[in-house]
Amino acid sequence: MANIVELKNINKIYGDKIKTQVLYDINLRFEENSFNSIIGESGSGKSTLLNIIGTLDKPTNGEVFIDQNRTDTLDKKALSVLRNQTMGFIFQFHYLLPEFTAKENVLMPYKINSYKVPKEVDEWADELINLVGLAKVKNNLATDMSGGQQQRTAIARALINKPKIILADEPTGNLDSDTTENVYSILKNINKNFKTTFIIITHDQRIAEKTDRIIEIKDGRINLDLRK
Amino acid sequence: MRLSFDIALRFLKSGKGQTLLIILGISVGVAVQMFIGSLIQGLQISLVDTTIGSSSQITISSVNKDKTIKNWERVVYEANLLSPNIKNISVSADGPANIDYEEDIDSVLIRGFNLDDADRIYKFKEGLLEGSLPFKKDETIIGKELSTKSKAKLNDKIVIVTPSGEQIKLKVTGIFDLEVSSLNDTWVVTNLETAQEILSLDSNVTSVEMQVSDVFKADEIAKQLKYTLSIEDTKVDNWKDQNQSLLSGLNGQSVSSYMIQVFVLVAVLLGISSVLAISVVQRSKQLGILKAMGIKDKDASLIFVFQGLMLGLIGAIIGVCFGFALLYVFTKFAVKPDGNPVVPIFINKGFIALSGMFAILSATIASLIPARLSSKLNPIEVIKNG
Repeated sequence: MANIVELKNINKIYGDKIKTQVLYDINLRFEENSFNSIIGESGSGKSTLLNIIGTLDKPTNGEVFIDQNRTDTLDKKALSVLRNQTMGFIFQFHYLLPEFTAKENVLMPYKINSYKVPKEVDEWADELINLVGLAKVKNNLATDMSGGQQQRTAIARALINKPKIILADEPTGNLDSDTTENVYSILKNINKNFKTTFIIITHDQRIAEKTDRIIEIKDGRINLDLRK
Repeated sequence: MRLSFDIALRFLKSGKGQTLLIILGISVGVAVQMFIGSLIQGLQISLVDTTIGSSSQITISSVNKDKTIKNWERVVYEANLLSPNIKNISVSADGPANIDYEEDIDSVLIRGFNLDDADRIYKFKEGLLEGSLPFKKDETIIGKELSTKSKAKLNDKIVIVTPSGEQIKLKVTGIFDLEVSSLNDTWVVTNLETAQEILSLDSNVTSVEMQVSDVFKADEIAKQLKYTLSIEDTKVDNWKDQNQSLLSGLNGQSVSSYMIQVFVLVAVLLGISSVLAISVVQRSKQLGILKAMGIKDKDASLIFVFQGLMLGLIGAIIGVCFGFALLYVFTKFAVKPDGNPVVPIFINKGFIALSGMFAILSATIASLIPARLSSKLNPIEVIKNG
């Protein structure tokens, strides 16, 4: 199967005077439609790795390919378009815009690209909202929802542009275990139904075990790469 | 762009306290600027009007030996033709004479006019305390000071000693007060014929006086007049050349008024800019995620520019209303005993529109700093910290 993400010899060094190397010669490939997890202790460099994949951060050296296109050489504007069209982000914190309702938040990535929302996209937003079980609260402001609802809104938002890749950094880190189970089954279903590639950072061993591939990062290197 | 506008609007709506504070700041700035501007303009207009409103603004006089203009009808005709700006043209036959009252002799200035024309400049009718204008020959009106000095009452006769030594009696048909004591003290106003006889001018006059619609163009018009007049041996004076100190006073006043207005604007600008800059920090999470989701830097900046624009617009509108309220209160409560405002307010629509525009413009400029901040914001900094 084709690689949707490919990392070649990625090094990441922070700081000018005192240099801290976070990632050492990372070589990684992620296949289309796969469901992957990255685990590792805090400070191991896993979030940095995810940010580099998500083009939010740039490697100090090495090459990044998303969907066969090299991204570490693109300018900010091209990266914005790439992120908008091919990636969805889910963070530990939901980062919803509190000034907007749940549905408006879900539609935000679409509106960033084109302000007018056609009927089919509006219906797709409703479908996503139903999928994550938020039909009742879709017109609530983001601040008027529970933590679980907020995070599920963020998931729906990540999917509105039908991205090829979803990058999730501890998506259930702030949720209780029941909600966590619920969120993961949603993610798993999306992966199955929409052929979306998932790369999920988690510290929860039980969650990681449910994914197709577990990559452990230790001290900036790949310590373990386990495929089911 | 539409999305930036939507987000800007929501940001403003959700931070109501902050939004109101900025709008209040802009409004007060605009109101103060408008108030001061209108006050100073009113002050200057009334000052110019009291100083030169009732006097000749351009005066054509003769430089030949006997100081007379023979062909004055031609001068009047040419002045009339030159510019629609010229108004209230009036000829006068002036000259010194003496007044002889029983115990003393005093010098006076004989001024002979076509009274209907001259009244438009000097407003004798308004200035008359009693009596009527001296339309007939050997009639005169005199100022109240001269009347007191000479003890001449209405319908009394005063004795004028002409330069050639002749005595002529003039009947006082009115006493005027032109609110300038030197005029009230020395002017003896008659019709043209009387003055021409007293001063032995035949049918000549000594000057042609006029006013202009735009008083500050008097010097230019005087120059044109000098250039086009076909009569030789004339000189053309204008009030601006004769009142340099008034002009420089007005100028100084304008400059200080501009300074105040500029500083008010700068204060408003800094206020908006700092509050908006704080709001970038407050909204950094939202901006971070919008950028992660692919909003372009330009659109992220536009959010703040739109905020500045909207704040400026609303602030300017409210400010202009405030300003009118302030002016209204001022004209109602800061009044002289006669009920007129201490300083007559001049409402200049162009100026008010301009000060509103300036507020909108400066609010927009002020938003450029936060706009730049937001454009520089790197999403991972926000997301990492979250």
